Amino acid sequence: MLRDQDRIFTNLYGIHDWKLAGARKRGDWDGTKELILKGRDWIVTQVKDSGLRGRGGAGFPTGMKWSFMPKTFDGRPSYLVINADESEPGTCKDRDILRWDPHKLVEGALLAGVGMGCHAGYIYIRGEFYNEASHIQQAIDEAYAAGLLGKNACGAGWDFDLYLHRGAGAYICGEETALLESLEGKKGQPRLKPPFPAAVGLYGCPTTVNNVETIAVVPTILRRGAPWFASIGRPKNSGTKLFCISGHVERPCNVEESMSIPLKELIERHAGGVRGGWDNLLGIIPGGSSVPVLPRSICDTVLMDFDALREVRSGLGTAAVIVMDKSTDIVKAISRLSKFYMHESCGQCTPCREGTGWMWRVMERMVKGQADLEEIDVLEEVTRQVEGHTICALGDAAAWPIQGLIRHFRPELEKRIAAYKASRPRQAAE
Amino acid sequence: MPKLTINGQAVEVPPGATVLQACESAGVEVPRFCYHERLSIAGNCRMCLVEQEKAPKPIASCAMPAADGMVIHTDSPMARKARKGVMEFLLINHPLDCPICDQGGECDLQDQAMAYGFDRGRYDENKRAVPDKDFGPLVKTSMNRCIHCTRCIRFITEVAGIEELGATFRGEHMEVTTYVEKALSSELSGNIIDLCPVGALTSKPYAFSARPWELRKVESVDVLDAVGAAIRVDVRGGEVLRVLPRLNEAVNEEWLADKSRFACDGLRRQRLDRPYVRRDGKLQPATWPEALAAVAARLDGVQADRIAALAGDLACVESMVALKDLFAAIGSGNIDCRQDGAALDPRTRASYVFNTTIAGIEQADACLLIGTNPRWEAPVLNARLRKRFLAGGFRVALIGQQTDLTYRYDYLGAGPQTLADLASGKLAFGDLLRLAKRPMLILGQGALARPDGAAILALAREVAEKFNMVREDWNGFNVLHTAAARVGGMDAGFVPGHGGRGTAEILQGAQNGTVEFVYLLGADEIDPDLLGKAFVVYQGHHGDEGAHRADVVLPGAAYTEKNATYVNTEGRPQQARLAVFPPGEAREDWKIIRALSEAMGKRLPYDNLAQLRRRMESVNPIFAAPGQVAPVSWGAFGTSGPVQAAPFATLVSNYYMTDPISRASETMAKCTATFIARTGDAKAGAAE
Repeated sequence: MLRDQDRIFTNLYGIHDWKLAGARKRGDWDGTKELILKGRDWIVTQVKDSGLRGRGGAGFPTGMKWSFMPKTFDGRPSYLVINADESEPGTCKDRDILRWDPHKLVEGALLAGVGMGCHAGYIYIRGEFYNEASHIQQAIDEAYAAGLLGKNACGAGWDFDLYLHRGAGAYICGEETALLESLEGKKGQPRLKPPFPAAVGLYGCPTTVNNVETIAVVPTILRRGAPWFASIGRPKNSGTKLFCISGHVERPCNVEESMSIPLKELIERHAGGVRGGWDNLLGIIPGGSSVPVLPRSICDTVLMDFDALREVRSGLGTAAVIVMDKSTDIVKAISRLSKFYMHESCGQCTPCREGTGWMWRVMERMVKGQADLEEIDVLEEVTRQVEGHTICALGDAAAWPIQGLIRHFRPELEKRIAAYKASRPRQAAE
Repeated sequence: MPKLTINGQAVEVPPGATVLQACESAGVEVPRFCYHERLSIAGNCRMCLVEQEKAPKPIASCAMPAADGMVIHTDSPMARKARKGVMEFLLINHPLDCPICDQGGECDLQDQAMAYGFDRGRYDENKRAVPDKDFGPLVKTSMNRCIHCTRCIRFITEVAGIEELGATFRGEHMEVTTYVEKALSSELSGNIIDLCPVGALTSKPYAFSARPWELRKVESVDVLDAVGAAIRVDVRGGEVLRVLPRLNEAVNEEWLADKSRFACDGLRRQRLDRPYVRRDGKLQPATWPEALAAVAARLDGVQADRIAALAGDLACVESMVALKDLFAAIGSGNIDCRQDGAALDPRTRASYVFNTTIAGIEQADACLLIGTNPRWEAPVLNARLRKRFLAGGFRVALIGQQTDLTYRYDYLGAGPQTLADLASGKLAFGDLLRLAKRPMLILGQGALARPDGAAILALAREVAEKFNMVREDWNGFNVLHTAAARVGGMDAGFVPGHGGRGTAEILQGAQNGTVEFVYLLGADEIDPDLLGKAFVVYQGHHGDEGAHRADVVLPGAAYTEKNATYVNTEGRPQQARLAVFPPGEAREDWKIIRALSEAMGKRLPYDNLAQLRRRMESVNPIFAAPGQVAPVSWGAFGTSGPVQAAPFATLVSNYYMTDPISRASETMAKCTATFIARTGDAKAGAAE
C-alpha cells in the first residue's frame, strides 16, 4: 500500500488547481534550476538508479534509453517526443495527468530534455483529447510566461522549447515510429527498426519517444532521489504506477499505487472489489487490451509488475486492469478486441493486414460456436503466424488476447461449438 | 567489412549491405515481394524473414543491416514457418484467377507460392473485393490481386518523381490509388507493370493477347529515342506483341520509357509492304525490279550534284553507310543525316555526343540544361538526372522552356542571350559552376536546330571551357539527341562531302530546281512542300509524310525486323536484332540499297551483313566495338557568331508521337488524347 506522502500525482482526481500556481503549491517547478544545473549525466544516472521502466507498455528501462542519445553534436539536433496518443482500450492514465497535472509533464519534459541534450520537445496528443490538449497548451503557455521554458529555461542556461501536436485519432500513431511519421506529416505507419529513433528519428535526427507517465514522474524522482523511487515495489519493477481499473468492479477508478501490489489487493482496496464478490470473477486483462487475459486462478495471487505478469504469460502493459465477472461473454469480449485491432491495423505489412481480419472473422464465428473443433487450433496457429512477424507490435497485440483466450478458456470455445452443432443436427450429420 | 555466417557458410560483405544482400552473395536465395534494389526499402511484405541466432524473432533480411558476427539461417524451422505463414496471408485475399490473369506464367506470387506455400487453403471466409482503378491508357489494374508491396508507389514517387500514387485507408482496406482518379502523368509509368510482383498492374494494350510461354524473346535495343535502352522484343508468329526493358546499368538500368514500351503496336499499322511507283500522279503497286528500274532510269544521266539524300531519325548505320557509298559511287556529296538542320559539327566527335555518359551523370555535381526538356526527349536519362538529384549536392539550371522536370532547377532564362550572359560571367550560377568539381552541361536539339545553331554550339563550348567542364579526367560537355539515327549518321560520315549540300541547301535546291532527285532514307520530318518538284524516292517502313510525297516507295524494315547498328546519344554503338521478318515484300534496308546499286550498274562491294560491317569498321573503327563508348578527344567545333533573340524551344512537342512508328500506334494516340490534348487545353485555357 502506497503511503500518501509517496504519491507523485497529487492531483490525479482534479480536486486542486491544475494551473501553475496550484502546481507550485504541490511542489512542481521547485528547484528545477538546481536540478538542471546538476547536469545531464547526473539526471540520467538518477533515472537509471531509480529503476524507472517505460510506462507506455513495453517496460524498457528509461535511463538506459536516454543514454542511447548521442553525447556529441554531429550537426543534427536531438529531439524529445512525448507520446500522449493514449488509445489502448481500458487505459486512461495519461489523460488524467494531461488534464489535472500538466505541469508535471511540462517540467518532466524540460528535465528529460536536459538529460538527453535536446533543445526541443514535442508532445503528440491524441486528437480526441480536446480538453486535455487545451490544458497542456495552457500549462506550456504559463511555463513560457514564467520563464520556465524557452530561452534560458528556469534561468539555468538551457534553451528548451516544447510544442504540442494533435493527432487525428489513429491507434497506430501511438506506436513510436508511426507517431514520428505522423508528426512529420506523413501517413501513420511504423518504420522499420533498425535504425532506432535514438539514431534516426524525427526528421532523421536522434529522438527519444517516451510515454507521458514516464516523463511526468521524472521531476519527483530527481527531487526525492533515486533510492526513494527504487525502494517502492520489487527490484527491477520499482516505483509507483498509475493503474486504471475498469469493468465489473464496484468503483472503477484510476489510482496511483506501488508497483508489485497484488492484483487482488489492488482491486479490493481501491475499486471496491469485483461486482458480486471475488468468487464472481471470470477473468482479468491486467494491462490493457493487448495483453492476454488471466483466469481467476492466476488473479488470486499474481503481483502487478512487469516480471510477475510476464511469468504468467501476460503483461503489465499500460496497467489498465479490465475486470470481467461471470456475466461476461468472454469470447465476445475478445472478439471485440480483435475487431479493434483489425480496424486499427495500418495495413502496411502482410501478417497484420491480412491476419487481423482473418482472426476477427473466425472469432465472430467462435462467438456463436459456428466452427469446427479443429479451427481452434487453426486460429491459434494464425495468431502465431502474426506474432513476431510484423514491423511493429500491433501484430503481437492482436494475437495475444486470442492466445490468452485459447490458453485459459478453451473449454468454453469447445462447449459453444458442440452446442451449435447440437442445435443443428441435420447439418452436423451432413 | 562485416563477416557473417549464412547457413553455415562464411561470407564477407561491404559495409552497409543488408542481410538479404549478404545471403545473395552467399548464393542463398531469399524470397521477396516488396524489396527491389533500385527502390527504397519498405520491409512490408515480410516474405524475406530469416532467422538470426540470438534474436527472439525472425528478422526482415531486406531491411536489416549486415553486422559482424551475425549467424543467419534461411532454412531453419523458424524461417520456414515465418515464410509459410506470410505466404498464406498473402494468398487468403488474393483471387484464384491465375487462368485469366495476364501475369500468369511470369508471376512472382505464383512462383513463390509453388516454392513456399501450403498445398491447400485454410481460409474459409469471403475474400476481399477492391474496386479497380483507372491509371490511364497504359496500365491496367486489377486491384483484387494487389498484395500491397508498394513497389509501384515507391517507383512513381522516387524514380518517376511524381507524387500521384499512394495508399489510402488502412488495415485490410488499404488501397493503392491515385487518390483522385487520374491517369499517371509519367513517361515512365509502364515500369510499374514490370515491378508489380502480381497481376494487379498489367499492360493495358497487351491485355489478354498472349501467354509468356508462347513468346519468343529477342534481345535488342530501342530506337524511339536516342538513349538506346536495352530491350527485349517479345514475338509470337510474325508479330511483335510487346517490348520490355532489359538490364543495362550503363544506359537504362532496368527502366524503359512509355513510348519505347508501348509504341510497338505501331509496327503493325500503316506499314509499307510492297514497292510503289507513281504513275499518272498516283502511287501504284509495283514489283521490286520495276521500282528499282524506275529509280535507276530517273537517275540516268542526271548530274551528280543535282541528286541528294537525306537520312531520317530511325535509319540504321548499315543503310546509311551503304547509301553513302552509293552516292560516293555516283559522285555526289549531297548527303545529310541532320534532317532537322541541327548544327552538329562533324569535325569533332566530342561536339555531338553525350561525353559524360549516362552513368557518368551520377558523378556530376552541377548541371546546366540548354534548350532541352530531357523529361520528354529522353525520359530514362531524365530519371538518371533525378536519381543524381535525390542523392544530394547536385544543382541543376535550365536555359530554355520552363517545365516540370521532376527535380528542382534554377531557371536562368529562355534564350541564347542568357547563355551568352553566363559565358561572360554575368550570372550567379556561373559561380556555382566554377566551384563545382564535376560540372556538366546538356545541349538539346532545340538549341542547335535553328539558324544560329552553330553559334550556339560555339557558345556552349565557350561555357564548357570557361567553367572547366572539359578536363583530362572529366568531360562535362553533352549533346542530347532525340533521334536514334543521328550519332550513327555523324559517325558514319553521312554529312555533306567536299562541296556537297547540307539539309538546308538540298531543300533550297529542290525548290529552285538545282536538285532534281532526293533520296529520303526514312526521313519523315521533312515538310513535303519544301521538296519542290524534285523526284523523291522514299525508303522506309511506314506510310508517313515521306511516303506520301514520294515518286517511288521502297519498303524497308523497322528496327525489330533487321540486324542493325544504332549509336546512342553517348556514342555507344549497339545492335538491334531481327525479331520478326519485315512484312510482305519489305526488305532489310541495306539490301535495298545494295539491290539499287546493282540496278544502277554501280554494284556495292558487299554481299552480306558481315562484309558490310567490315566496311563500316573501315569507315569508323567505333563500329567494331558494340556496346562500348570510345574515348573522344576535344577539338575545335562550332562557329562563333551572332545569336538570335528567339527563345529555345524543344523539338518534341508531343512526347508520345515523335516518329513514324509512334505516330502509327493506337496506344500512343490514346496517350496523346489523354495527356497532350488535355494539357494543351489547359494551357490554352490559362493563356486566355
